Amino acid sequence: MRNIWTISKREITHYLASPVAYLAAFALMLIIGLIFFTNIQVAFLYTSAPSPEFIIAPIAFLLIFLVPAITMGSIADEYKTGTLETIMTAPLRDWELIVGKWLGAVFFFGGLLVFTWIFPLILNQFVDPGIDQGILISGYLGVFLLMSAFVSIGIFTSSLLNNSIASYFLTFAILLLLWMISAPSQAATPSGNEILKYLDFSEHFYPTFLTGVIDLKDIIFYLSATIVMLFLGTASLEARRWK
Amino acid sequence: MIEVVGLSKDYGTRRALDGLNFNIHQGEIVGFLGPNGAGKTTTMRILAGYLPPTSGTAIIDSKDLIKDSLAIRRITGYLPETVPLYNDMSIRSYLTYMGNLRHLKKVDQLVDRALTKVDLLDRADGYIGNLSKGMRQRVGFAQAILHDPDVLLLDEPTIGLDPSQIHEIRNLIKEYGKQKTILFSTHILSEVQQLCDRVLIINKGRILVEDSPEQLQMRLSGGRNVVIRVNGSIAPLINAFKKVKGITGATLLGDSAAQVTVQPDFEARPEIARIVIKEGLDLIELRGADLSLEQIFIQLTADEKTSASTASNHLE
Repeated sequence: MRNIWTISKREITHYLASPVAYLAAFALMLIIGLIFFTNIQVAFLYTSAPSPEFIIAPIAFLLIFLVPAITMGSIADEYKTGTLETIMTAPLRDWELIVGKWLGAVFFFGGLLVFTWIFPLILNQFVDPGIDQGILISGYLGVFLLMSAFVSIGIFTSSLLNNSIASYFLTFAILLLLWMISAPSQAATPSGNEILKYLDFSEHFYPTFLTGVIDLKDIIFYLSATIVMLFLGTASLEARRWK
Repeated sequence: MIEVVGLSKDYGTRRALDGLNFNIHQGEIVGFLGPNGAGKTTTMRILAGYLPPTSGTAIIDSKDLIKDSLAIRRITGYLPETVPLYNDMSIRSYLTYMGNLRHLKKVDQLVDRALTKVDLLDRADGYIGNLSKGMRQRVGFAQAILHDPDVLLLDEPTIGLDPSQIHEIRNLIKEYGKQKTILFSTHILSEVQQLCDRVLIINKGRILVEDSPEQLQMRLSGGRNVVIRVNGSIAPLINAFKKVKGITGATLLGDSAAQVTVQPDFEARPEIARIVIKEGLDLIELRGADLSLEQIFIQLTADEKTSASTASNHLE
């Protein structure tokens, strides 16, 4: 446990010293801010009540672009600069390194999500009698679980490759694929349709968390995806030793 | 302290280590010598717990390298050849980080102690990214000795340093080696002569020779070399030198100098002096010259080549 904490602490300080992290945070806040502004305008125009979904749904989608930017170097860069050699000759287990790296990035994005909370807070002032708190909480829970699964995929590809740019694009491709894998489901057979729908990350988010439904099945889906990817990341790190 | 048994390592189809066997006793400083690509770094990485061997094992402090990897990593300090460091960290925060990964108690004190040893205490809060090569090397060394390990593995610790920095690092090794076991690799032979109790020479993944630096010279030179320098032309004297009892060969070193090889237990220098005087020349220099480790090394690797080619001839 202590090693995981040591690794994740170092990851966070590393992010806070890196321009990529600030750029990712800036991009997220800027885009969500613009969407927020437009929605407020539209709401005033049509005198309809804006809902927190307008903020939460784009955050979830933006994570597909932002998570790879943060996780791309986590193992790949350490391999490239050779620091992985000093870490892997220190007395810690490979899985502790992977989980520590994952936890560091989860903390970073967790912090970012807290910052985006400012938009629903403002929104709450505009709407009478306030926005739907249920959707807000379940939506943010969904985004958090989604993010933790995304991060574990990013750590895995980073452990697979020696090049962080390659890791970015591979992670991005995987996340995008998992986000819309059920799109061709109409063409598939009924059973294939079911499988694709189950694997689709957005299918566990849009119909449930975003509508205020917290279903244990979806929580388990994201958690097990995270665990599987962390396990694969550890395996790929171990495989590096055998290369 | 370190017992390496039949250690082999394959990278794909290439065999990097081919059944390595050697022992290092507690408190020894052992130099690990060999040309580039001989398998030095691979051996270091295996002993440090970074790479697993393809076959064979090593016992360090009566623990098995494969089964007790974590226990071995706890008592081992390792300085990789490239001295990998985090450029975005300060020296102190880097060492504290490494200390925390090792679960050290009183990390701050240990960091200060290590920094004092490598004389970087006043630079402790500076960023690693701004350091010179020599200072990076010292930070790497501080990292390796931070937890006061019983076994220190140093992979080419003096490579790329200027002479005064080399001197500093060698002093650090000497100082630390008084109580602990050190294996360090190098291809600078004079370093081995200065620092080591014992030398392991490795080539193509196999140990060629294992001996003390002095013994190695004695064994391989097959006697002593004597260098003669006169003020005039020495060429006419070569044949006379060759007739002296105990001298097995003579070669010219330019116009006015020559080198002769003398069998062990013979003292040929008085006779050489007489020959020079008799010829009416002045003797400027007459000194014994040992075979340098460089020469020994070339000789050893050349021997191997010849024996390998004879072996293949036999096969044909």
